[in-house]
Amino acid sequence: MTPHARQSPAFDRKLFLEATRDSFLKLAPRNQLRNPVMFAVYLGSLLTTWLWIRSLTTPTGEPSGFILGVGAWLWFTVLFANFAEAIAEGNGKAQAASLRRSRTEVVARRLVDRRARTTEDVPAPDLKVDDLVMVHAGEIIPADGEVVEGVASVDESAITGESAPVVRESGGDRSAVTGGTRVISDWLLIRVSTLPGESFLDRMIAMVEGAKRQKTPNEIALAILLAALTLVFLLVVATLLPFSRYSVEASGQGRPITLTVLTALFVCLAPTTIGALLSAIGIAGMNRLSRANVIAMSGRAVEAAGDVDVLLLDKTGTITLGDRQATRFHPAEGVSERDLAEAAQVASIADETPEGRSIAVLAKTRFGLRGHDLQGREHEFVPFTANTRMSGVDLEGRVIRKGAADAVDRHIRDQGGTTPASLQEEVRRISRSGGTPLVVSRDAQALGVIELKDVVKGGIKERFSELRRMGIKTVMITGDNPLTAAAIAAEAGVDDFLAEATPEAKLALIREYQKGGRLVAMTGDGTNDAPALAQADVAVAMNTGTQAAKEAGNMVDLDSNPTKLIEVVNIGKQLLMTRGALTTFSIANDVAKYFAILPAAFAATFPVLKSLDVMRLSSPASAVLSAVIFNALIIIALVPLALKGVRYRPVGAAQILRDNLLVYGLGGLIVPFVGIKAIDTLLWAIGIA
Amino acid sequence: MTLNALLQIAMYLAVLGLCVRPLGLFMARVHEGRIPLGMGFLRPVERLIYRVCRVDATVEMDWRRYAWALLWFSFVGILVVHAVQRLQGVLPWNPEGLPAVSSDSSINTAVSFVTNTNWQGYSGETTMSYLTQSVALTVQNFVSAAAGMAVLVALVRGFVRRTAGTIGNFWVDLTRSVVYILLPLSAILALALVSQGVVQTFAASREVRLLEAAAGPDGAAATQRIAVGPAASQVAIKQLGTNGGGFFNVNSAHPLENPTPLSNFLQVLAILLIPAALCLTFGEMVGDRRQGWALLAAMSVLFVAMLALTVAAESRGNPVLDALGVSPTGGNMEGKEVRFGAANSALWAVATTAASNGSVNAMHDSFNPLGGLAAMWLMQLGEVVFGGVGSGLYGMLAFALVAVFLAGLMVGRTPEYLGKKIGAFEMKMASLVILLPCAMVLVGTAFAVMLPQGKAGVFNPGPHGFSEVLYALSSASNNNGSAFAGLGANTPFYNGLLGLAMLVGRFGVMIPILAIAGSLAAKKSVPVGPGTLPTHTPLFVFLLVSVVVAVGALSFFPALALGPIVEQLLLPS
Repeated sequence: MTPHARQSPAFDRKLFLEATRDSFLKLAPRNQLRNPVMFAVYLGSLLTTWLWIRSLTTPTGEPSGFILGVGAWLWFTVLFANFAEAIAEGNGKAQAASLRRSRTEVVARRLVDRRARTTEDVPAPDLKVDDLVMVHAGEIIPADGEVVEGVASVDESAITGESAPVVRESGGDRSAVTGGTRVISDWLLIRVSTLPGESFLDRMIAMVEGAKRQKTPNEIALAILLAALTLVFLLVVATLLPFSRYSVEASGQGRPITLTVLTALFVCLAPTTIGALLSAIGIAGMNRLSRANVIAMSGRAVEAAGDVDVLLLDKTGTITLGDRQATRFHPAEGVSERDLAEAAQVASIADETPEGRSIAVLAKTRFGLRGHDLQGREHEFVPFTANTRMSGVDLEGRVIRKGAADAVDRHIRDQGGTTPASLQEEVRRISRSGGTPLVVSRDAQALGVIELKDVVKGGIKERFSELRRMGIKTVMITGDNPLTAAAIAAEAGVDDFLAEATPEAKLALIREYQKGGRLVAMTGDGTNDAPALAQADVAVAMNTGTQAAKEAGNMVDLDSNPTKLIEVVNIGKQLLMTRGALTTFSIANDVAKYFAILPAAFAATFPVLKSLDVMRLSSPASAVLSAVIFNALIIIALVPLALKGVRYRPVGAAQILRDNLLVYGLGGLIVPFVGIKAIDTLLWAIGIA
Repeated sequence: MTLNALLQIAMYLAVLGLCVRPLGLFMARVHEGRIPLGMGFLRPVERLIYRVCRVDATVEMDWRRYAWALLWFSFVGILVVHAVQRLQGVLPWNPEGLPAVSSDSSINTAVSFVTNTNWQGYSGETTMSYLTQSVALTVQNFVSAAAGMAVLVALVRGFVRRTAGTIGNFWVDLTRSVVYILLPLSAILALALVSQGVVQTFAASREVRLLEAAAGPDGAAATQRIAVGPAASQVAIKQLGTNGGGFFNVNSAHPLENPTPLSNFLQVLAILLIPAALCLTFGEMVGDRRQGWALLAAMSVLFVAMLALTVAAESRGNPVLDALGVSPTGGNMEGKEVRFGAANSALWAVATTAASNGSVNAMHDSFNPLGGLAAMWLMQLGEVVFGGVGSGLYGMLAFALVAVFLAGLMVGRTPEYLGKKIGAFEMKMASLVILLPCAMVLVGTAFAVMLPQGKAGVFNPGPHGFSEVLYALSSASNNNGSAFAGLGANTPFYNGLLGLAMLVGRFGVMIPILAIAGSLAAKKSVPVGPGTLPTHTPLFVFLLVSVVVAVGALSFFPALALGPIVEQLLLPS
């Protein structure tokens, strides 16, 4: 759908070449310093390179070829880590480039005199907040802003990728426009709301480019753990040198472990797999998010989404279709349903509200009644007023009305009739069940009741039960009375509801949940949602919403799909799971590496240690090389997993843990034994070892 | 393994299992300030201590103040123990007329007892006067154990409290641990030990006539001096407080320190009693006993695994002696007391190194290589398999935080433990807790085998000598205190190095733990939801055990390979 956003992370040729080039550029020490684990590997590579150069001039007894082999593969380890990061960034950059193309130099028509509509041309970057600009059909909106006057259709595909134009108009919840989008029809007068360079588009570019990517709290915590592990292994390896010297001295045979082997052992033990892929995982997570057409203002919010306990949803437009719909006709005694439907339809001809139209639609679907043609018949429409709370038509002397039960009842009594008790009972029943009753009358006769109901969106119940399985509680927010709210809540399958909600009540509800230690997510679009959005931990604003809502949220959903949060939660969880899985895998790998390298390192001092060589590797040199090569290759092998993320399924936490421990823990234990043996066999076959 | 051995071990585990719950709940009440029934008579003692020490028991401390109080208390403790040893020649209760202890040994011993390590570079009966033993050393046996318990209780409060700035009062926690828990238990155990013949007297050593003149280096000897002293009272707390410092040089192998199989059973029970019961105290205080059982289960799994390894190793004879055909029946009996046998010696060795106790009833140096490896590795795990009083459990909780962190990542949820979110700060501190003792063992051993002063103490060059050094550093850095012997450690070099190791292993862990306590107490509590990972299940126990084993194995595999593993492989099979 979206030209830039739907791009798959396939290793297309151009991306691959660029990433390869970037892997070398990233060798600059400044880049390496950011990742302590890989920086340690980097230093190890430098050390072995120096050892190799020295061995060329002063023979140490260790073959130069072996040192070169280890050194080269250590450099590959660093390069592979760089490549993983570069390929993840490449995906983001491609998006940013296409966004940037849409931000061509625009000349804005700044309003000089609002009354006379005189304008002057200024370059878009010179616009200031609160400037008024005029945008006509075919022109590009120069900056983010609020529509002050006019109605127009706007093509927002540059941002959302959605080719169907959207309507933007002054006032209400559709007044926000985004710089870089194009007006297709009519004109708009816009008040500029952000400075150039801070616009939505700018922030979006910055985000996908990773320029403003900060480490999330969880990433920092993991980085600390990895650094600690690296430090432990550094100590293990560093102290192994004196241990080895002492053993050689005591046993009187063999040679102490060489620096080359020590460096190789260190790199193999350090959590390089996760260390190398850590930043790629983070970037890929953000990319996945933007492929889902959600723009996050911070990585923190995405991670928090994985932890959400409570989700607040607006009823209207999210859980139910936007408006109430006629669902049933209840005729009074002695009146046929068809008769009632016909009268109701006639009474709704001039009613252009969604409710009015839904009555016509229901009459049509129930009885095949086409819209009545009143042409040539004497008629007069009676519009709805707040005073009468009725509308209808006077058709050839007959007075047809529909409206609120009490209003129509008064009207009937004025005409000398009465509303039957059974009908009044029906009215009360509909109210109780959360519906809206509209009574239809002809002259002094009550014909029956139309039942209007909120119609719950198809498939929403399944979405909510999915959320429940994820451990997220759903709360519906509505302005309806508690009775109506309860009925809809039950039908939609939400866990709880807040009825007669005011902005203050929403805010209070969020705070209450937060006080109980829960993490609250909310979706919203209106200006009156803004305070609640700002308070919520994860706030997804709809792109169709107001500027205020978008500013208050920490994510914007370009598709304006309120249940998108499920995907965001998925992405947040995947992000953590991928890190966890690879960390476990990385640590589990170490067991096999010990069994490969230690016997090789000490075989000369204590030949009996050979019995630890359970893989029966062909030679000590080949054992060390195989372990180092496996360690480097596993990074490349896991890049696709890092970019795609570990799959999340909404089953219990214990089940996920069990499965992942089995796959990445046990797998991480076994895979390197197989891999190292295979590499060793290959090295032996081609005669290197 | 013989049926006899199996039965003895089964009985031990059963009796320990039965004691855990009542004692655990009792200690929870003490530390929640709800003094248990029957203990009310000690109230005046508690109040008197506060009055004399001018402690305001109502004052709450934040974690920094708590840590400062702990550090000051320990520092003063070191000074006092040092001073008493240096001045014992002019102080009373010195019937043997023992002179002042040398300066480096005295500092080492002071540090050793204050850090609950009880590493002994000296030989008790010929070095320490009765005053030193009972006023300096025994007092530290009580308060160093109590300090460990205090830090644990502070950490537990971190989990329990919500958005709180304080974690309790160090002086109160310390006093209550001593008055209501350690003193009553020690009194009971001391009396029981006296009934078995453990000596308790202030009289001087006795000259006794030998039944048969023995040949000695100076010709035939007809008499022997038997050292005695106030041993029972010290032995009781040495076991209950996971101290391990023996009254006599050979510790609980000495017939007057541990005369009968029953006294042996009571002592080895006392070693694990409080550390195991504290798991339940923890569960009770956090309001979910299952959490305590889970931690106890994790410890027990590791304990039983190492016990099986050691018993298997020790019930086999020494292969060299086997080859010569002179092996005694009943397993590897070199360095073991006949009245205990191989199984009970193995049980003791595993218990004393699992807990950071360090008392011995057999010489670990004479164990078969795999038996020695089990003992060494239990210490290297960070003394978290039961561990020291308080310190074992708070160390295990640091591992639990790491396990929870990994598990949280793997299930896609910011990690939380007992309702508290685990963030970067907790990970940093937990990493320190795990890293510091581990680093101290490795770096300390490296220095010892590199420097001539270190190598001078090694009497058995070769892999076994390396094992001895590694054992000594593992023991000191993890505050265990047991020794492989065979290492001449009462030198300024080892006294200094091991003293430093003990300090790092104690306070390098306690302070980060208190920091975690402070940070957790300040946090909100997250209610349990369907997305929360349960931490009382066998799955979590498995994960926790895996993390402990992974860290221990990955950190020490190379070192162990050059020591006990090579020794094992070098044995004739």
